[in-house]
Amino acid sequence: MKHLTPTRFALTLALLGAGLLAAGVFALAMGPSSVSPGEAWQALFAPSADDPVVDIVRGIRLPRIVLAALVGASLACAGVIFQALLRNPLADPFILGVSGGAALGAIAVLSLGGAVGLGYAAVPPAAFAGCLLTLFLLLMVARQGSGTSATGLLLTGVVFNAFASAAIVFLASISEGIDGSRIFVWLIGNLSSARLDVTPWLALFLSVGVACALASARGLNVLALGEETAEQLGVSTEGQRRVLLVAASLMVGAAVSVSGLIGFVGLIVPHALRLVLGPDHRLLVPASALAGAAFLVVCDTLARSAFGGRELPVGAITALLGGPVFLFMLHRRQAGWGATRSGLL
Amino acid sequence: MSAPRQAVSKTSAGLCFESVGARFGEQTVLEDVSFEVGLGEVVGLVGCNGAGKTTLVRAATRSLRPDAGRVTLAGHPVESLSRRALATRVATVPQDIHVPFPFLAGELVLMGRTPHQGAFGFESSEDLALAREAMARVGIAELADRRVDQLSGGERQLVLFARALAQQSEWLLLDEPTAFLDLRHRIELLRVVREFARSGGGALVVSHDLGLIARVCDRLVVLAGGRVIADGEPGAVLRPEVLDSAFGMRADVIQGPDGRPVVVARIEEG
Repeated sequence: MKHLTPTRFALTLALLGAGLLAAGVFALAMGPSSVSPGEAWQALFAPSADDPVVDIVRGIRLPRIVLAALVGASLACAGVIFQALLRNPLADPFILGVSGGAALGAIAVLSLGGAVGLGYAAVPPAAFAGCLLTLFLLLMVARQGSGTSATGLLLTGVVFNAFASAAIVFLASISEGIDGSRIFVWLIGNLSSARLDVTPWLALFLSVGVACALASARGLNVLALGEETAEQLGVSTEGQRRVLLVAASLMVGAAVSVSGLIGFVGLIVPHALRLVLGPDHRLLVPASALAGAAFLVVCDTLARSAFGGRELPVGAITALLGGPVFLFMLHRRQAGWGATRSGLL
Repeated sequence: MSAPRQAVSKTSAGLCFESVGARFGEQTVLEDVSFEVGLGEVVGLVGCNGAGKTTLVRAATRSLRPDAGRVTLAGHPVESLSRRALATRVATVPQDIHVPFPFLAGELVLMGRTPHQGAFGFESSEDLALAREAMARVGIAELADRRVDQLSGGERQLVLFARALAQQSEWLLLDEPTAFLDLRHRIELLRVVREFARSGGGALVVSHDLGLIARVCDRLVVLAGGRVIADGEPGAVLRPEVLDSAFGMRADVIQGPDGRPVVVARIEEG
């Protein structure tokens, strides 16, 4: 009988951790000035004082890579939580519209907050609040629209996204404080202009979120089978749902407030991992955090260095990958899940 | 009326429904339903669609709070127990569940151990042994590594039954556990339920299969219009007039080879 053993758990996470490290070193080496992976490694772990590579690697590239990793981990982990709680593998913070809600909260503070004395520090809390509010809206719709909840939920998310995007453009256009070109950054998701002073906050929100999800990982497994099943197996669903939804919103809010709307990370990463590792959340939660981090580091590296001198917003890369994956998953879902779960790990 | 019943439950070791009433909006689903499922017995719950059988099961698992009356376990109201404590004493086999992720049958059976485990951690060797044993008892050991969402309805029902057995509870509540099963598996499942009762557990079986349930249950409770209209040994309960008021069907009751009643429905032409 296959089941999650401590060995499989440790081995899988060690492998993914090594993958993340490799992605990080690869990303350090990529960029306009050529740095070999070996030099990058040396600059990182054994820096010599007067080497210009050290400045490039540690001063310019490393902070952005750390940021990409934190944002990727947060989005993937939030995706796993939403998918389990809504019992829908297509739930992703972006598709559900909660990222849009978070971005709207952030823009509201940026454009109107100045008038009431709110500075940049208020952006992450506002994004969190926007995310949470959208989530409540969404859950109300899900509760009322019985029967059609899966499709209804996604449809509501799409519509809300369109609404949030319009509201973002509107707020940004009427406000003096926001440069017109910045709107684009919010709508498509970008790490190039992220403020690095929020990195510790992002790390904190991510740790809290992952800790909450891990602490109720077994609960997530049974919640994914439905509220009533969870109750029959002795899990108090109400309290756990609340904690997990707040945790996921913290992660989405933090990620969106530094990077705007980066979509599909929370869809692609958990889906790929489920195919290889199975759906057990005790492994899926930490694995998604690591793989999400590595995924976004690679995507961001491609965005900033694969197209010559032109830098793409990373959200464009994830959406180009995620759109087809979403359609493929939707098709498979309607066709009744053809795939077998491979037993690689 | 309800006072003496509650006094009885104080000393009873059983799962007691005490004057349970439930309403959905304007509609009364259950009214003054009282009966007991003792340890060591199999009780069948029958009634037509919408008679309130599933509502009763949900009240026992605290998935639904009755509007009147209460459900007690060995004298303690289920509301006073934590969900976890309740789940170690009462296991439920639902009609079917939708599994949106590719869990394996073995993983689902292991989830029966949830109330005995912490929030995080790995399965103990005892958990694994109990899950394996439960699957072997139900005869689905070979399904362990198959995906639950790719099993047939009947196979999934057996997996859910094994999960309930792995829960190691004192009571089993089975909500139409045989609906998707072929005849051999129906008999097999009910045999395990009997075994469970003989080793000291109590079982409540909701079923439409009057023939099988009459042979396997010690007692039958008949619900009609949200009320108990008969409660007793199968032979005493399965009478044409009870069947008429419960199901609105004309039927003859004959004696089977084992002395148990057999219901033969009349099909009237024209």
